[in-house]
Amino acid sequence: MTAEMGRAAVDILPVLILVSGAIILIFYVMFVPRRLQASSAMGAVIVLGATGFATGWYLGDAPGMTFFGTFAADRTWLWGTLIIVVVTVLTVALSVEWFQTDSRQGEYYVLLLLSALGAVLLAGAVDLMEFILAMLLSSVTGFTLAAFHRKSRAATEAGMKYYLLGALANGAMAYGVALLFGLSGGTSFGDLRTGLIGADPTAVVVAFGMVTIGIAFKLGAVPVHQWMPDVAEGSPAPAAAFLLVAGKVGALIVLMRLATVLPETVVGWRPLVAVIAAVTMTLGNLAALWQDDVRRMLGWSSVSQTGYGLLAVVAVGRSDLAIPSMLFFLAAYALGNMAAFAVVVSLRGLTSRESYRGLGSTHPWLMGALVVTFLSFVGIPPLGGFAAKLLLMGAVIESGYAWLAILTVINSAISLFYYARVMGPAYFETGAERRPLMGRLTFWAVGVATVAVVAIGVVAQPLMEAWRALVLLAG
Amino acid sequence: MLTLAIFVPLLVAAIVLAIPKRYEHYARPLAIGTSFVPLIVVVVAWARFDIGTAGFQLVETASWIPSLGVSYTVGVDGLSLALVALTALLFTVSIVFPIDDHGKPRAYFATFLFLEAISLGVFLSLDLILFFVFWDLSLVGMYFLIGIWGHGDAQRSALKFFLYTLLGSLALLLGILGIYLYTDPRTFNMIEIIATLPVPAGGVGAVLIFLGIGVGFAVKTPLVPFHTWLPPAHVDAPAPASTILAGVLLKMGTYGFIRISLQMMPETFQRFAFPLGVIAVVSILYGALVAMAQTNLKRLIAYTSVNHMGYVILGIAAAGALGIGSEASRSLAMTGAVVEMVAHGLITGALFLVSGSILARGETYELDQYGGLASRAPRLAGITMLAAFASLGLPGLAGFVAEFQIFAGTLGVYPWLAGIGLLGIVITAALFLRMIQQVFLGDLPVRWDGWRDLQKSELYALVPLAALVVVIGVAPAWLIRVVDSLSQVVTAGIIP
Repeated sequence: MTAEMGRAAVDILPVLILVSGAIILIFYVMFVPRRLQASSAMGAVIVLGATGFATGWYLGDAPGMTFFGTFAADRTWLWGTLIIVVVTVLTVALSVEWFQTDSRQGEYYVLLLLSALGAVLLAGAVDLMEFILAMLLSSVTGFTLAAFHRKSRAATEAGMKYYLLGALANGAMAYGVALLFGLSGGTSFGDLRTGLIGADPTAVVVAFGMVTIGIAFKLGAVPVHQWMPDVAEGSPAPAAAFLLVAGKVGALIVLMRLATVLPETVVGWRPLVAVIAAVTMTLGNLAALWQDDVRRMLGWSSVSQTGYGLLAVVAVGRSDLAIPSMLFFLAAYALGNMAAFAVVVSLRGLTSRESYRGLGSTHPWLMGALVVTFLSFVGIPPLGGFAAKLLLMGAVIESGYAWLAILTVINSAISLFYYARVMGPAYFETGAERRPLMGRLTFWAVGVATVAVVAIGVVAQPLMEAWRALVLLAG
Repeated sequence: MLTLAIFVPLLVAAIVLAIPKRYEHYARPLAIGTSFVPLIVVVVAWARFDIGTAGFQLVETASWIPSLGVSYTVGVDGLSLALVALTALLFTVSIVFPIDDHGKPRAYFATFLFLEAISLGVFLSLDLILFFVFWDLSLVGMYFLIGIWGHGDAQRSALKFFLYTLLGSLALLLGILGIYLYTDPRTFNMIEIIATLPVPAGGVGAVLIFLGIGVGFAVKTPLVPFHTWLPPAHVDAPAPASTILAGVLLKMGTYGFIRISLQMMPETFQRFAFPLGVIAVVSILYGALVAMAQTNLKRLIAYTSVNHMGYVILGIAAAGALGIGSEASRSLAMTGAVVEMVAHGLITGALFLVSGSILARGETYELDQYGGLASRAPRLAGITMLAAFASLGLPGLAGFVAEFQIFAGTLGVYPWLAGIGLLGIVITAALFLRMIQQVFLGDLPVRWDGWRDLQKSELYALVPLAALVVVIGVAPAWLIRVVDSLSQVVTAGIIP
């Protein structure tokens, strides 16, 4: 037992580093004087760097199923973890200047690490208990991050809405998990694969539906998507960027794992996910159309992107492109959102559409980055978003869901409209004055995220080669 | 070598952007100089092109995303060589043409060079993904060109252009994906796809792919009823951008019909050749009639583009109607269609530049504001009339050579369509004659007493176009021989 325990601990080394790093940081934050609180950002980066290093180290030889069959430390998980780590490091970079004057900032970085941990655990979960733990860790820390500016009405309102919806969704999820346990007699995903055959189909559908609601909440998918625009608009901008993307990485991977174990003969999950994808992308887009608040628009566009990402789940098991398309989607859209929010943070949270008028001439670099990001979201080649959409559409066409690809195309064209409502005035109108900007670190974060968005598309070969033959363990 | 034509302008575009502000007046000479690089490449390529060899020549290839069967592959055949030559020439004259750059010379010339690289890339690409990359980026470049340097309701026109053509290009992307999923082993390489024709004809898949691609190209060409983005985009774009839009970007649509729809799915194309021909005739007549009703000079020229693109598509439809009519007729129609692309690029390019000169002096496009300008501006009148006569198909000029071949070829395949389509020529003749009468003849309004004739810098741009219109009209053999090398391959169904 101890030997096995030791082996398991080695297998999930990245997780252990993240956990212990977060705990050490808690103590550091508790004892260090206020004037030194800012140094906790450095601590967070060190922890994330070590986690990322360990994750990268394991890529050559992924441990696979571990921790007594509750955790899938496969390559898909490792890549998901890397994406989460990169996103979190960028978030820290955006937060340093944003929270400069906040005396409680140390706690913020601890919460950030714990929230990242939740997403990482979620990506590797192949056991219902593990799954619940990860979901709750990610959610609880998320609520706090969303409302971290406790004196800001917008932030507390966003946090409150996020919390209420989250409580509902997580409650449904817990109930669904209990049902699944009752129906299959086990908690591991492997038990579901065998245990659900012969179970009452109605109960399985209800249980799966409830679990899906929990995951959909993390993803920002219909019908529990409403928090995304609220958080994007009201929460501290760096935290909003993080919340919009980090949870998505874990949730999409776990949904895919869950989908592979559910017998299609019992639950027709494929059409169900397809419908959720269709409604989510369309609703997100339509709601984003006339937004005059750039951050809220980004929130809604993030909802629509969730819809695109779900295409990968629809294709799982039917197309070889399913897993690579999911990872391309997660990488391209996570970094795209980070880049877009980085621009907003750099402009000190500037959010009304009106105030972006003419910034093309006064802030050419920032607006250039925003244009690249937006065009990537639309799916203009050779940017990352194009590679992702190309693979996602290829995957669903191959899986017999060509109508989803057609809907994606229509939605992409619609999305250009609301991105152009920001881009157009920024470039085609003049007479703006220079805006006060955040510091250099934020500016660099914009640059790094934007270059990454371009690179994912242009230098897609190494990624494609790494992601082509990935398998998804599900117990 | 062909790679240079794409990457030199792209690189210089980045350099132009990086010029410090106090040296920004060097942007224009640098751009003009750079635009000669693709021209020289084309001349060398033309010299090295062997018309006796079927298939693609001067091919250059590099690995890009081999895991997906995506590569960087460029090359030319008779079709792309002619269009690349047209593109390189039109970009040089558009960059030379004087323009109000709104105090942003670096951004303006960088965008132009970027768009030049992209446009050449569309015609040179022999990989579907590479093709699509360039295709979509051409929309981005043109969007900013219209939006920033346009006039009137430029922002709205730019957005309309971007939205419409993006929807079209996404339909095209779905079609490309469809073709890709039929290939085995999976590849986007156009040479291989044309050689192996992976999409089985007759199935639902083939029809859906064909329609997706067709919609994509029909929006870009544009064919009625997908043309509504075109008039506002043209009217509000700056003159050189209009020239590029009409001369180069529209050709991407017709190029795609030949290269992808026809060459990659010949049997499916055959099934749809007649309906496509009917749409072409509708475009011909509709474009001509609506142009006739215009009082705005630029809108008028824009609608004649719809009309002329109709001729091109009619020729392509006739050429693709395998099994009907003689091979010689179909080959003739195809050659005519490609020559028409070149002729329309030169003629309409010149007309749009001229309209820019008129706007710069008179500040309006309304035809009834003008009159009698021939007496004050003989050079302006001369070049406009030459272009207008060429556009209406006067023998001895480029338009006639092309239209004669199209109609002669189509007559052997779809005699009825050819007959109805000929009416279009009659209408365009009427409308151009009326336009010339309104602007250049009659009484000169007093306020145009001080009207300046064309300046040197404008002539540098216009004279080469006018000269080529005459050269192709009088001695077209050098062009037709190159284009014929493609037509015979396509219409005989020989796989290159």
